[in-house]
Amino acid sequence: MNPDGNALLEVADVHVAYGKVEAVRAVSLHVAENEIVTIVGANGAGKTTLLNAIMGILPLKGRTLFAGEDMARLDIEDRVAAGLSLVPEHRELFATMNVEDNLKLGGFRMTKAANAASFERVYSLFPRLKERRKQFAGTLSGGEQQMLAMGRALMGAPKLLMLDEPSLGLAPIIVADIFRIIGELRASGVSVLLVEQNAQAALQIADRAYVMELGEFILNGPAGEIAANQRVAASYLGFQHEGESPV
Amino acid sequence: MAERLPIFLFALVMAAIPFIPGMPPFWIALLDNIGLSALVAMGLVLLTGVGGLTSFGQAAFCGFGAYTTAVLTTAYGLSPWLSLPLSLIVSGIAAVVLGLITVRLSGHYLPLGTLAWGIGLFYLFSKLEFLGRNDGISGVPPLSIGSLKMIDPGTIYFAIWIAVLLSALLTVNLLDSRTGRAIRALRRGHVAAEAFGIHTPRAKLLVFIHAAVLAGLSGWLYAHFERTVNPTPFGVQAGIEYLFIAVVGGAGYVWGGVLGAAIVVILKEILQSYLPYLFHGEGQLETIVFGILLVMLLQLAPTGVWPWLTARLPGKPGRKRPDTSLTLPARPQAAATAAVLLRIDNARKQFGGVVAVNNVSFDVHAREIVALIGPNGAGKSTTFNLVTGVLTSSGGRISVLGKDIHNAPPQEVVKLGVARTFQHVKLVPDMTVLENVAIGAHLRGHAGAVSSLLRLDRADEARLLAEAARQIERVGLGDQIDQLAGNLSLGQQRIVEIARALCVDPILLLLDEPAAGLRHMEKQQLAALLRQLRDGGMSVLLVEHDMGFVMNLADRIVVLDFGTKIAEGTPADIKAHPDVIKAYLGAVA
Amino acid sequence: MNTTIMLFLVQDGITNGAIYALLGLALVLVFAVTRVILIPQGEFVTYGALTYASLSSGHVPGTARLAVAMGVVAFCLDLYAGRRSLHRRLVGRAVAVNIILPSIVLALTSWTAGHPSGIAINIALSLMIVAVIGLFLYRIAFQPIAQASVLVLLIASVGCHLAMQGFGLVFFGAEGQRAPPLSTASFTVGPLRFTGQSIAVYVITAALMIGLWLFFGTTLTGKALRATAVNRLGARLVGIRTSLAGQIAFLMAAMIGAISGILIVPITTLYYDTGFLIGLKGFVAGIIGGLVSYPLTAIAALFVGLVESFSSFSASNFKEVIVFTLIIPVLVLRSLAAPAVEEDKD
Repeated sequence: MNPDGNALLEVADVHVAYGKVEAVRAVSLHVAENEIVTIVGANGAGKTTLLNAIMGILPLKGRTLFAGEDMARLDIEDRVAAGLSLVPEHRELFATMNVEDNLKLGGFRMTKAANAASFERVYSLFPRLKERRKQFAGTLSGGEQQMLAMGRALMGAPKLLMLDEPSLGLAPIIVADIFRIIGELRASGVSVLLVEQNAQAALQIADRAYVMELGEFILNGPAGEIAANQRVAASYLGFQHEGESPV
Repeated sequence: MAERLPIFLFALVMAAIPFIPGMPPFWIALLDNIGLSALVAMGLVLLTGVGGLTSFGQAAFCGFGAYTTAVLTTAYGLSPWLSLPLSLIVSGIAAVVLGLITVRLSGHYLPLGTLAWGIGLFYLFSKLEFLGRNDGISGVPPLSIGSLKMIDPGTIYFAIWIAVLLSALLTVNLLDSRTGRAIRALRRGHVAAEAFGIHTPRAKLLVFIHAAVLAGLSGWLYAHFERTVNPTPFGVQAGIEYLFIAVVGGAGYVWGGVLGAAIVVILKEILQSYLPYLFHGEGQLETIVFGILLVMLLQLAPTGVWPWLTARLPGKPGRKRPDTSLTLPARPQAAATAAVLLRIDNARKQFGGVVAVNNVSFDVHAREIVALIGPNGAGKSTTFNLVTGVLTSSGGRISVLGKDIHNAPPQEVVKLGVARTFQHVKLVPDMTVLENVAIGAHLRGHAGAVSSLLRLDRADEARLLAEAARQIERVGLGDQIDQLAGNLSLGQQRIVEIARALCVDPILLLLDEPAAGLRHMEKQQLAALLRQLRDGGMSVLLVEHDMGFVMNLADRIVVLDFGTKIAEGTPADIKAHPDVIKAYLGAVA
Repeated sequence: MNTTIMLFLVQDGITNGAIYALLGLALVLVFAVTRVILIPQGEFVTYGALTYASLSSGHVPGTARLAVAMGVVAFCLDLYAGRRSLHRRLVGRAVAVNIILPSIVLALTSWTAGHPSGIAINIALSLMIVAVIGLFLYRIAFQPIAQASVLVLLIASVGCHLAMQGFGLVFFGAEGQRAPPLSTASFTVGPLRFTGQSIAVYVITAALMIGLWLFFGTTLTGKALRATAVNRLGARLVGIRTSLAGQIAFLMAAMIGAISGILIVPITTLYYDTGFLIGLKGFVAGIIGGLVSYPLTAIAALFVGLVESFSSFSASNFKEVIVFTLIIPVLVLRSLAAPAVEEDKD
């Protein structure tokens, strides 16, 4: 099941359904410590659904282990406490509260001392946030909101950070910045599970990748291999950023 | 007529009940009360469950009906039969006055508004001199036909249940029609309904009046049944009870209202006769039980008893396929099609200090597919909403076929042949694909509410459904025609939206991310369909993120960034455009 | 109408308005955190006032027993909800909050009823009883449907109102009651007479408002409640338990309702169903404030109080008609100002 034997997150044979429609079918994946894993696939493939189910926002059928513990009975809040964190697709910031309060609430479960250190770490990763700490979250630009959402998640000192489409709707220049920071996170001991439509950028920083289509994983392996497998990638991913047709 | 058979059987059973030997009169009186409540609940079903307008004030309309006949028959000696139309008219006028205000309330302000005027009217009834203040009016004459006076519960029983059955029949007719679809579309919000020409405030007002007139009828019967009228049964407490009845029975179902009335009235009777023994306390104990039951019901069975019951009954009637040989005349169009279909000239939209669309200009020509691309927040959907009249622009000019549509409401824009789909799918999930798509043909039908009530709309209705069925075949969803829209995958729902837009018989199709959620093959089919539509003379303006799809399909591309147009040209031009690469596409890998 | 009468009406209006302001604030608080439009707010007023009145006359109020009964139901719900992971801490917390807490309150109440006790003790006990009922009300009626639409929550809220008003009749009977004032002192300024009680109304209202403002502006718990109001999913994702936030909001609203009740029961005779009308007037204020703005709600409440006192003088028969009709133009304006947002931004 788990070739590395030290999986932080292990998901086995998971199904997620909306009513009668099964959006995720028989999916298994694992993320080891200090690893960046990406799930790539077209819009509507079920990636967001899978992340939301792992976080506990949607009910799932199947087995999910985090740090060796069964998560089936845990609420979202318990999963946060266990060190699992999600930066959702729509970011879900506290729009009418300022940047500092957003971050402070990110450390809601932490001690004061831990929060002071986390503030420093977040501000050094995202200096822009420090400049704007008294500004309402709702008035930030798209890129800054993404930074704040990641910063807020990091305030809770997660072991595994799940990022849902961090590049969505952002200019490519900011996307590059965000991906650079994701790389830095690993260096500071946080594992990352990254869901992306922007397959090429994701495959460049990831260690391993899963390719998802219509609710199932159709391919997985080291990111380099997936990226190199041009024919397969082209026909399954539907390339995003250039006119090359997958036909 | 097979679908009407259960109703006919039900009517026969109800007619036979009083003739069962040994039937206690007490039970008949109970059935009378059930019928009276059922009338009000039925209106509430249409209003709340189907139309999405929650009213706590429905009892007040019973009051209008009851007081009108009480005053006219006691003070002026009018015959009850003459006061019947007057009672209904007074209830209807009250509904128009209150409704004109109420239907403009949004979200939860609406039920709160009904609560407020419900309380206000109760106090008004109990303070007005000519309504007898708190004591009310007594000595109301009974209904009579010739020498037959309907004094005992057994005779007025027929009047009540004929009223219930007729009202149910008319209400069911109304729901199963062009007007009914407009009403059912209300619950999903007004944007989608208005995009197809439905005048939502008018549709809401119509439901409001229908519900009020049913309540007024119940009030009229009540006054002649009890032979006395006072404010208590018309207060908010009673209004809450009617809502309870609708929720218990199943707020989305006409017969749920009747079933709910039966359950609640019988339950109330039982509680009132046994609770005092259990608690030997002061009255109103049944309200405690009602309150607790209401909360439990919302937690355990929020859709009510009726759908639970029908799901367990055998024999679902097969749906009739529409006869596609019928055709709908094409929408009248301007004879000479101009070269420029849509002209957007310096369009501007500001939300507070944020400029969402910043002086954007571009044209869509006849027989052309134009794509609008750009990062999220670039103003693409806002541009769509300006064109379709959902948003009013802060400046600039937008014209269709040379006709200025600056700040025209969506209902007017669609009349010019501009049809759209939505980024977040706006179908009515518990309506079938056929019914959803038929909403698109709303403006091409003519039957009004009255002809729907009386079933005079069948020819018109058959043509609308035929057109809907044809468009569903055209987009390739013929197999799903009878499915509930909510059971389809998101990608298929987007295609259903396209079929609905095609029912408008449009010259310009606005598609907001039509390919999202489609498989590769489906995307190719969609592209083929759009090309075929273009070759047939239609133009398409679409927003899409899938560059492969866009580059292969579009004749021309317009790129927006931060609300500003940064480029326009053929796919080849755009791919090579330095600003586009810098702001959006990024370096080509 | 001469100046003296006018001043008197203004004074009366402000005293009532202060109470409506408190209730309006509670309503805004509960709606923001839980999206429940708290129709039973009026019952908290009645329960607070009449519990205090019962205690003052040496009876054990039925509300104390209701609290225990609701605790037992809440306990069962907690156990059922956590049935797949019944660890010791969860059961312990459930027992402590749902069983032990209301039982202690009931025991204290029974003991007090047998001994003559001071006003302060009676007030403290009344507040505790109603606060516990508020907490359990959220747990039992609303927590299981916390994700439902505002409309469903509103209908449930109306159901709670019905049940609680019915219990009110059972516990306190149909007769009106009064209770001893906080202070019997009084003084006059010009033609106006100020009683200690009316001063208490002003001071306590102001203190509560400042307290709430500080709570939401500076404390982490207050901010967490606000965060829940702004974005429920966001709050859960940082580990704020929205169910706990809801319970706290209801507890605070119940306390505020009970305080309002205790403040007015020495001034006016209260019946088991008076609270509903008082609550609804606070409601009018809350809605003028759009269910979001605290300062606007407070100002609106004073306005409602004044309208009421002037219309009771010049058109006493139609006082209620006027106050409740007042809300409709406000609702229309509100709807025009903030049409229901459907279309998501692109």
